[in-house]
Amino acid sequence: METFLFYVLGVVTLVSAICVVFLRRPIHNVLFMILTMIGLAGLFVLLHAEFVAMVQLVVYAGAVMVLFLFVIMLLNLERLRLPEDVQGLRRWFGILVAVGMALLVFPVLRVVLPAGPAKAMSAADLTNTDLIARELFTTYLLPFEITSVLLLAAIIGAVVLARKRSKQTEQG
Amino acid sequence: MVTLHHYLLLAAMLFALGAIGVMFRRNLIVILMSLELMLNAVNLTFIALSRYLGSIEGQVFVLFIMVVAAAEVAVGLAIAVAVYRQRGTININDINLMKW
Repeated sequence: METFLFYVLGVVTLVSAICVVFLRRPIHNVLFMILTMIGLAGLFVLLHAEFVAMVQLVVYAGAVMVLFLFVIMLLNLERLRLPEDVQGLRRWFGILVAVGMALLVFPVLRVVLPAGPAKAMSAADLTNTDLIARELFTTYLLPFEITSVLLLAAIIGAVVLARKRSKQTEQG
Repeated sequence: MVTLHHYLLLAAMLFALGAIGVMFRRNLIVILMSLELMLNAVNLTFIALSRYLGSIEGQVFVLFIMVVAAAEVAVGLAIAVAVYRQRGTININDINLMKW
């Protein structure tokens, strides 16, 4: 059952990712990206990481992708006709390099990492949320607080960068 | 039976696809999306390793990666909007003011 689910979710995620990278219109890219995020969330659930899967859905598929959609609508990109991307020999060379990268990682990791199945979860195990919380709020408390500062900086930065300039500040 | 290598291979392929997108697309928005795809591939690697090596720290780090990715996307898109207002295009070949 797990194998079947893995292959289904894996194929959905992979095909959606291919569509994200290779389709022409930005709206299509965003929609297939959302599908990729959902596929990845399913894979996280399969890996017994339910909390992370829900955070992925809420943060990535729910907020980040919606932000992308807003920006695409705001810039009215559908009307832009961009010139053709890299063609011909250079494109195939690039694809070859990327595939080589992917296949190079795998044998290296195979030597280093164990290959057996994961150990089964017993009924007495704490929930995923519980386990994450224990680490996050004790050992990793400082990085947690720093991320809130990072988010503050990102909010201020995004607002400042994207605001419209009025005529007064142009001449000031 | 699904082993660790299945997940790692899937994550490696997603990462390579994201890298192709970053290298070969000229639309700034799509480049940012491919960057997100690479970060998601790394997330999948972390979660898979967390499961198969029995440590929860991988998942904690994934939360941090998600925070950083969200912040980076917000600022990146703000830059894209500002560039579009300034230059009228988001084709990265046309945004070449600092080019040698």
